[in-house]
Amino acid sequence: MSAIYTVEHLTKTFGHGKAAVHAVEDVSFDLAAGGITVIVGESGSGKSTVARMLLGLLPVTSGRLVFQDKDVTHLKGHARTAYWRDVQAVFQDPFSSFNQFFTVGTLLSRSVRLVGRDVGKQRLEESLGHVGMDLSVLDRYPHQLSGGQRQRVMIARALMMRPKLLIADEATSMLDASLRVNILNVLKDLRDELGMTILFITHDIGQACYLADRILVMENGAMIEQGPTDEVIFNPQHEYTKRLLADVPKLHTAIELGDLHESVETP
Amino acid sequence: MGTLVDARNIRGVYYLGGKDLVAVDDVSVRIEEGEVLGLAGESGSGKTTLGSIISLIARPPLHVEQGTLEIDGKVQELGGDAKIPRTWRGAVVSMLPQGAMNSLSPTKRVRHLVYDVLRSHDRKITKDEALDRARERITTLGLPARVLDAYPHQLSGGMKQRTVTIISTLLNPRLLVADEPTSALDVTSQKILIEMLLEMLDKKIMSGVIFVTHDLPVLRTVASKIAVMYEGRIVERGPTEVMVDHPQHPYTQALMSSVLAPEPKYTRTRIEGMSSFDRKLFNAPEVIHR
Repeated sequence: MSAIYTVEHLTKTFGHGKAAVHAVEDVSFDLAAGGITVIVGESGSGKSTVARMLLGLLPVTSGRLVFQDKDVTHLKGHARTAYWRDVQAVFQDPFSSFNQFFTVGTLLSRSVRLVGRDVGKQRLEESLGHVGMDLSVLDRYPHQLSGGQRQRVMIARALMMRPKLLIADEATSMLDASLRVNILNVLKDLRDELGMTILFITHDIGQACYLADRILVMENGAMIEQGPTDEVIFNPQHEYTKRLLADVPKLHTAIELGDLHESVETP
Repeated sequence: MGTLVDARNIRGVYYLGGKDLVAVDDVSVRIEEGEVLGLAGESGSGKTTLGSIISLIARPPLHVEQGTLEIDGKVQELGGDAKIPRTWRGAVVSMLPQGAMNSLSPTKRVRHLVYDVLRSHDRKITKDEALDRARERITTLGLPARVLDAYPHQLSGGMKQRTVTIISTLLNPRLLVADEPTSALDVTSQKILIEMLLEMLDKKIMSGVIFVTHDLPVLRTVASKIAVMYEGRIVERGPTEVMVDHPQHPYTQALMSSVLAPEPKYTRTRIEGMSSFDRKLFNAPEVIHR
């Protein structure tokens, strides 16, 4: 599979001099077209910063972003709007993405206007279909929907643009386990049925393992390991990945609890 | 080992302006001495409500309509206008609420809270006595004593959570109710906190824990028994291994099957979420494993 997106030596530094925080340092990777890539990392690893830079929501300190052979590192104005037609996002908390006084229909009508009214109506039905919903949801208010339904509406909204790349940043973290699987299945179906490229960001290795074709592991702003899911999860090379996998609580095997005073952690 | 806590027939209702929402419907739980009971369930199942009733901190709009709590042979009526003795809160049953680590005051050093907590239960305690007691507890549990002098922002999430856990048990309660204590932590900090809780039980700082969470793999590690709640009732309870490997109730089965873990069987098989289960089946009678 060819790469639809190439990230070269991406770096983000917040602040200057002594107070500088290197949130992302020299990160390079490719996103294969029609595949699901998952970035795994713990809080503060820089995974969301990478997502925000790819989305053009945060200026890049140095490095290059190439989407479909075009340099998209520093986009402005119309070029940026055009870029957002191809690259869409879904975030962690679906409730905060809604205006609580608007129905789902009002919310989605903005996307309808963007693609034109006639095509929009048709796309609306199609997008809701992809996430397993129908037009009856349009009359509902956000508080009348469950967390899983809200997140599916947000995915439908992103799909209205028929993006080539969908970036989902902790999109399932606030959902109950049973609903979570449904959302992950929706993403898998988008890959299989529409050939969509997906970049999924999570701290949960279990989800990464279920969803990913390829896994990237981040720690302290650096990309420390990347490869096909089977290799990263079942034959990790880097010490950090090994430790992370050893610490993940599993359902069918008890993890080993060591001596409390020997446990190491970053301050 | 004897029974530590016996909570019987608890019914908790939220009075919401004319509408009543029954969050906990006639639930009984029992905890043996030295045991961690895992209370699992999804959002809205009533697990947090049950936890707060048992830890005696129910307040409007939540009303306890009936129930009794027996600890060490002493029986406390919970329902209606029952008067709960001040000394029970914190000293007999202590609650570690959800997101407790974010309730540390950002402008005060941790030691300020320690003194506050101890003074509210013992008017005569001096600042030095309070701090000595906290320092000793903190160092026996493997945390550096400097956390007492730190401001919350100087501590990592894992450290903050361990600190508030220690503070919540400074009065040596018989039972600790911990509500989602690991949910905001990364996996390594989760493991360290669990180790600390088990060590505290070992050292008899408290004699039992109710561990409320939606995270079943975490319960697999920490709990000796698990009770699963659904719509205000416990639908299945039993020893951890039985609950995880041989769940009988349709809801428990659905819940267990939707857990994703980094194990080979999850990479290639498609797992169906709960919508494919028949929700009517979830009202099946309770299953109790001995």
